[in-house]
Parts: sequence; C-alpha cells; structure tokens
Amino acid sequence: MLYADTVVSDPLVHKPKVIAAMLAAAAVFFTVLNLNGTVFGELMRPVIGEPAEAGYYGQFAIGVVLALLFTLNVVVIGFLKFRLQVVIVWLQLLCLFLAFFYGFNLDFEFIRKKVWFMVSQGVFTTLYVSAISIALASVLAIIGAVAKLSSNGFAYAIASFYTSFFRGLPLLMQVYLIYLGLPQLGYVIDAVPAGILALTLCYGAYMTEIFRAGIQSIPKGQWEASRSLGFKFGLTMRRIILPQSLPLIIPPTGNQFIAMLKDSSLVSVIGVWELMFLARTLGNKTFQHMEMLITAALIYWMLSMCLELIQGRIERHFRTKSH
Amino acid sequence: MNKPVIEMRGVNKWYGTYHALRNVNFTVSKGDKIVICGPSGSGKSTLIRTLNWLESHQEGEITVDGIRLHEKMKDIDKVRMEVGMVFQHFNLFPHLSVLENLMAAPMWVRGVAEAEARETAMKYLERVRIPEQADKFPGQLSGGQQQRVAIARSLCMNPKVMLFDEPTSALDPEMVSEVLDTMVELAQDGMTMVCVTHEMGFAKAVADRVIFMDAGEIIEENDPVQFFENPQSERTRTFLSQILQH
Ligand SMILES: Nc1ncnc2c1ncn2[C@@H]1O[C@H](COP(=O)(O)OP(=O)(O)OP(=O)(O)O)[C@@H](O)[C@H]1O
Ligand SMILES: [Mg+2]
Repeated sequence: MLYADTVVSDPLVHKPKVIAAMLAAAAVFFTVLNLNGTVFGELMRPVIGEPAEAGYYGQFAIGVVLALLFTLNVVVIGFLKFRLQVVIVWLQLLCLFLAFFYGFNLDFEFIRKKVWFMVSQGVFTTLYVSAISIALASVLAIIGAVAKLSSNGFAYAIASFYTSFFRGLPLLMQVYLIYLGLPQLGYVIDAVPAGILALTLCYGAYMTEIFRAGIQSIPKGQWEASRSLGFKFGLTMRRIILPQSLPLIIPPTGNQFIAMLKDSSLVSVIGVWELMFLARTLGNKTFQHMEMLITAALIYWMLSMCLELIQGRIERHFRTKSH
Repeated sequence: MNKPVIEMRGVNKWYGTYHALRNVNFTVSKGDKIVICGPSGSGKSTLIRTLNWLESHQEGEITVDGIRLHEKMKDIDKVRMEVGMVFQHFNLFPHLSVLENLMAAPMWVRGVAEAEARETAMKYLERVRIPEQADKFPGQLSGGQQQRVAIARSLCMNPKVMLFDEPTSALDPEMVSEVLDTMVELAQDGMTMVCVTHEMGFAKAVADRVIFMDAGEIIEENDPVQFFENPQSERTRTFLSQILQH
C-alpha cells in the first residue's frame, strides 16, 4: 500500500459533483451505445413500447435507467469496507466478462467434452515446460549475474553477449532457430526439449538482469564484513548476499514466471501439445475455434492467478522474516 | 623480543593517481594497543584496511601473523580469519539473528560444530553484556548494541589481533561509552588492538602508542603521555588543539 495519511476524506464517489458527473457520463455512454435491440430493450418494453420502433426516445430512456443503476451501484459500494469493496468489484467485473463470452453463443456441450483432455494434457504440459524452464533460467541467471559483475573479461563478454542476443530476438524466432536450426548442425532435437531450451535461454537473459540488480543492491559493507571474517567468494554469495537479495529478486521473478506461462504458448508452433496447441487444434475439425480459445484463455488466467497468490505468499514470508 | 603480529615496511598505496599512503612504517607486537588518529581523509581507514587486505597496497611489505600480503597469495582467508575487524557502520548480517551472526564464521569457515559455536557465541554475548538479545535481529537493536554484537562476532573467531575503524563515530553520544567500555575490557584481557578513533580518553586509558597521520603519512608515533603532553610536530599540535577544544 502507498503511504496512508491519518486524515480521512470522504470517498471520491460520495462527492455530489463526482456523482453527478458519473451519472451524466454513464447516461451519454449508454445512450450512444444504442441498446434498443438488446435484452435491455425487452426489459424496458413497458416504458418504451416496441423496442424496434422506440428510436431515440428508447435509446435515451434505456441510457438513463442503466446510468442510474450503475451510479447507485458505485455509491453503495463506496460505503463498504476495503476488502468487501475489492471482492464485490472483482465479482462484478468477472460477471461482465463472462457475460461477454456468453454472448458468443458457445457450444458448452462441446467444451464439456474436451475440457478434461485440455486440462490433463495441455495444462500439464504447459506447467511442466514452464516450471522446468523457470528453474533452469534461474540457475542461468545466477551464473549470468555473477559473470556480468565479475572483473573477468571473458565472463563479462560472454554474459553480456548472451543477454544482449537473447533479449534482442523475438522469442518465437528463438524457438524456430533452435528447433529448425540445431538439426542443420546435426543435432536433432525433440520439440519439448527445444521449447524448454528456448524459454530457458530467453528468460535466463531477462532474469540475469534481475539477479544482477538484486546482487548489486546489497551494500558493500556486507561483502567487507564477510571477507574480513574469512568467507570465500562462493560462501559470501550463497549465505550472505543472495539471501538478502531474494526479497528484491522474487517479485520480478514471479512476474517473469507468469509471463513465461503464457509465452510457453509459443512453443505450440513446433507441435508441443500444450494448452495453446490443443486450443488451436481441438476445435479445428468442427470449426469450433472460439469454444476452445475461450476455454484456454480462462485456464491461462486461472493458472496465472494461482501464481499471483503463491508469489504474494512468498513475498509476505520474506517481509515478516526480516523486521 | 616479541615476534611482531603486524609489520609494515615502506608501504605506499595509490587510489588511481591519488597517493593515499606514503612510506608507512610501523610494527604491532603481541599485546600492543595502538590508536591511530588524524584529520579526515588522512588515510587512517586506508591504513587499517590494508592490514587485512580489504585494500591492496602497491609498494613495500606488509606482514601479518608471519604471512606476507601480496597480490598472488593463495590464502588471504587464512590471514583474515586471524584478524578481527570492526566497522564504523557495524555491517552485521541483517537476515541472520544475533546468535546466527556470531555462529556463522566459526561454523562455515572454521568448521566448528554447531553446539560448540553456540556455546562460544553465548560466551562472547555475555562478555559484551547482551546475552538477552541473542534471538533478535540486528535491525531490532540500538546502535551501541549492534556494535557490541559486531565486536563479539569478531571475537568468536578467536582472532590474534582486532582492528577497529572508528567504531563509535556512528553512535549517539550516550551509546559511545558502552562500546568503549567493551573495548577497554578487551584491552585489559590482553588483546592486540589497532584502533582508529578520536576518543582521546580511550587513547589515554589503554593505548601503548598513539599514531598521528596526515595526508597519508605517519607524522608522529609516541606513547600517549608524550603524545598529548608534548607533541613533537606542529601539525599534531594543531590537530590536538582542534579536537580537544570541544
Ligand atoms: N576507493 C577509493 N577510491 C579513491 N580514493 C579513495 C578511496 N577510498 C579513499 N580514498 C581517498 O583516500 C583518502 C584517504 O581516505 P581514508 O578513508 O583512508 O581517510 P580517513 O582518514 O579514514 O578519513 P575519515 O576520518 O573521514 O574516515 C581520502 O582522500 C579519500 O578521498
Ligand atoms: Mg575513515
């Protein structure tokens, strides 16, 4: 949270001017949307008569009613406690999104038939490809960060070339280069290892920078104290420096993990049966693309939310541990 | 004649082109208590940090505990294990508890068993009079307590000599004496000590010799009585009149 002041002012959404402005803006918005032909037109039939013939009057009437409901909703939520506000606003936004998807007229029977296969095959592959990649990338990142901070010319040159190259190319291109390029050199590589390799190298490069910044943020005095007690370099790094930089490294690393979860969809282009691959192929036969894409989208989203929760847990753990 | 614990002969050091130590010679024998003083920027920290080679020197010879310090040496850690160092800003490990701070070096460097390390740590915490803080984290202690923990941390390695670089100058006035008391007791126990400090009371009470530095040079080295009563050099007199004024 930001710094919280001790003086509490009225919530913004309870100021008359703000309420009036909100009401006006919502009325204009809903009027312009022209909702005569939708469910709202049907619901308003007693007031506006036959929706198809209601014209501007119908548009305006629906606009005002929706604006009133919307404003009332916001004002009421404004009275609640922080946590309750968060939950309710989340649920409302979620309903809006689901209604949006619902509007596509999806074939739920088809989704129900395929979803288990998507989860068991797709989610499983996506998760293990991402998890292995992030673990390997972390190892690479530690080595890269130490190399980038070292006074050894070779180490610095290799590490900076590495980060420059792999941050500089689109990930999709790296996937192709590894999968199609390595066989040219005589190393035939399977799709899954190729995908993991590409993700590892790419994310290792980004995370090298995260780890470097984390290590550099530890004051020089920690090194001096360690060295003056007789700690060698590796011991100092492992026991003193890295543990202290972890709280700084974990939030951006969690971020990277979430990004990787979704970027792992790029390895579908080389035929790894992960979530995205299944989403594209399962609906192909019967032209039910939307069903599968939306299902996959929701699954990705839920996975990301799980990771967010885990990240929050870990961050809290480190925050409570020191001080 | 006592074998010297530390010996510096004709030491010169440069930071780039800046000549930070000029032809420094001095010897510390076992049991000696030496106080180094001098104006800001005169090279006191630089001098004391070359003694465990946190800073390197370019010319001359430094010998610590019989080992010559030089660029190609394999085992600087062997020397550092025997030389305790206390810093102006404590530099405790904030992610470890007080007890862990004290047990870390003996266990990880000397390979002492955990139970023994704990026992040693408690012994020294009692000596610096804060055994009740053992399970706290450094961030929860006052400055004076942190500095005493830092002293205890060095002592746990059972060093042959202790180096202090302005150990009290980051402390609030009322905490200075608790740290100085600890240092005085340490001196009375016969520890070999090299202290950079402007606490002249401490120098008078425990020092065998006082060294005055200016512009990277040792200007004067004398026993405390002579040093304060009868300073030889003009620069020493100016310095002393400045710090004794307030
Ligand atoms: N890492 C460094 N690089 C370049 N110059 C340095 C470095 N460290 C110290 N110096 C210079 O060397 C000189 C001596 O510094 P030193 O820290 O030894 O002084 P000091 O006597 O300890 O002063 P103070 O009482 O302020 O601590 C100063 O002029 C300082 O600017
Ligand atoms: Mg200094």
